[in-house]
Amino acid sequence: MTSRDRAEDAEGGISERSPVTERRLHPVTPFRRAWAPLAVLAGWAVHDPNGAQEQLARLTDTVLLLGLAVLVPAAGLYGFLSWWFTHYAVTDTELRIRTGLLFRRTAHIRLERVQAVDVSRPLLARVAGVARLRIDVVGADDKDELAYLGEREARALRAELLARAAGFAPETAREVGEAPARALVHVPPRELARSLLLTGATWGSLCAALIVPTVLWLTTQNVWTVLVSALPLLGTAGASSVGRFVAEFDWTVSESPDGLRIDHGLLDRTHETVPPGRVQTVRIVEPLLWRRAGWVRVELDVAGSANSVLIPVAPRAIAESVVARVLPDVTVPAEMSPAARGARWCLPVWWRGHRLAVTGTVFAARSGLLCRRLSLVPHAKVQSVRLTQGPWERRWGLADVHVDTGADKTVTARLRGAEEAARFLGEQAERSRTGRRAALPDRWMTTD
Amino acid sequence: METGSLEGTGAAADQPVWRGLRPGLLRVRRLLLVVWTGVLAVAAGLLPGLLAGPAWALCALLPAVSAAWCWRLLGRNWRSWRYAERADDLLISRGVLWREETVVPYGRMQLVEVTSGPLERRFGLATVQLHTAAAATDATIPGLDPAEAERLRDRLTELGQARSAGL
Repeated sequence: MTSRDRAEDAEGGISERSPVTERRLHPVTPFRRAWAPLAVLAGWAVHDPNGAQEQLARLTDTVLLLGLAVLVPAAGLYGFLSWWFTHYAVTDTELRIRTGLLFRRTAHIRLERVQAVDVSRPLLARVAGVARLRIDVVGADDKDELAYLGEREARALRAELLARAAGFAPETAREVGEAPARALVHVPPRELARSLLLTGATWGSLCAALIVPTVLWLTTQNVWTVLVSALPLLGTAGASSVGRFVAEFDWTVSESPDGLRIDHGLLDRTHETVPPGRVQTVRIVEPLLWRRAGWVRVELDVAGSANSVLIPVAPRAIAESVVARVLPDVTVPAEMSPAARGARWCLPVWWRGHRLAVTGTVFAARSGLLCRRLSLVPHAKVQSVRLTQGPWERRWGLADVHVDTGADKTVTARLRGAEEAARFLGEQAERSRTGRRAALPDRWMTTD
Repeated sequence: METGSLEGTGAAADQPVWRGLRPGLLRVRRLLLVVWTGVLAVAAGLLPGLLAGPAWALCALLPAVSAAWCWRLLGRNWRSWRYAERADDLLISRGVLWREETVVPYGRMQLVEVTSGPLERRFGLATVQLHTAAAATDATIPGLDPAEAERLRDRLTELGQARSAGL
């Protein structure tokens, strides 16, 4: 499948130091790259259909054929060259991706800094039997992904990367293979569909998509205005209902020694592995309409990762048991203390939604009245703690406490008593220090 | 809490030793205030005075009065800034009306930055800024003595290495 080439034909410097096998991407990749010029043309045609038609009418057959004769090989050559000059290699400490024909670019991704590994297979890639592999590290670019690899190769590479990141010896890393996984949650399609029907955003976007074009038609009688307004609205409505169903279909969360595995998708299959100790915050979201059914959505933040959903919908008890597995030693606090006494004067009505609970392992802050969001931050993940107090809050003896985490998310406990907040600030610093001592090492299979 | 003196660096863990900023910072800020007020007052006095009559030149008093108020505010704001080095973390407290207190554990520091612009250099000042993995962490200490800023930087990086922790 993969054409292997030794590193000696490339620049000598790197290859001399370490005899690393550089590999190329799957041979189907050029076709993906060759799309780019055609996509630009297609985009132009869609953007300006009248202009495109005029231009086409003016062209004679010979010109058209000549143009095609130039364009198609050029696109093919571009695709081929960009494939030919892209190499990747796994060394003991890093994944190296070397790309670029004119502008050389080498990405060195340190394996112990890996925050998550994603393998995704869009529909067309599934047909071709290839997959895209992406390593999430803090500050990683979109360019730092391996697209495309053969499906089996992608799986083997993922297992190897995770084994090396976990701290297995380099000789054994290739043989360790895939760690066994145990399913924790599977979201049945019926439940997913019902939860989407009970989501306000779905109905809101649908109503907007129906009402706005109708009103416009009645007032302006202009087909173009209606089309221009209706298409994006219909697009959002589709994306928030059908699109979400398709994306979140067959959502499975499983557990393995390599960490958490999240699999989902009907057409585009996506697989994410989050190694242990990488989750910065977990949010339990409880929309108003879901409360009767006792459902919650669980979101998570991993530094450098795009995905933020852990479970799209699940009964609360199951969700809490999964959270307990994701954040070790953490139980979702049942009792939370309400905001301090003067809070009603700072934030009428909504003050009731703000609650806080701090246990030995986790900082839990809840906010929102209709849609409740409970954010959990393990003390070990706290980057800094801040206390803020405005003049009106001081008048009522209140203060806010902010906890900053590495995924660029700040969790805020609003409207606490000023003395409580000040005491808490000192304690929190102490707690996050002791929490870090107990945390797992970056290479989670090593014991030191 | 007048200036950043060098004695007493080893603060006890429970009792933070607070330090204030250099008076030079207040002088720079007040100087800037005076310069800008002067420009504004001339503009506010000349334009209406020439266009609408000499009596309108009194408009120049408006920037002057607000500047007097800002003069006081700057002083209060300068006094409110203070920082303390504890055994394991750095405390920064600031603000009069909108108060903010930040705690940054040394082990969380990713980068310590010392900057000093031309005006700051002229007045012998430097700014130390701490970055953690969270962009929201806003830990900046302006108006330090350059020697104190370098001492702080060295101490922070040293402690940061000793207590380093990943994400």
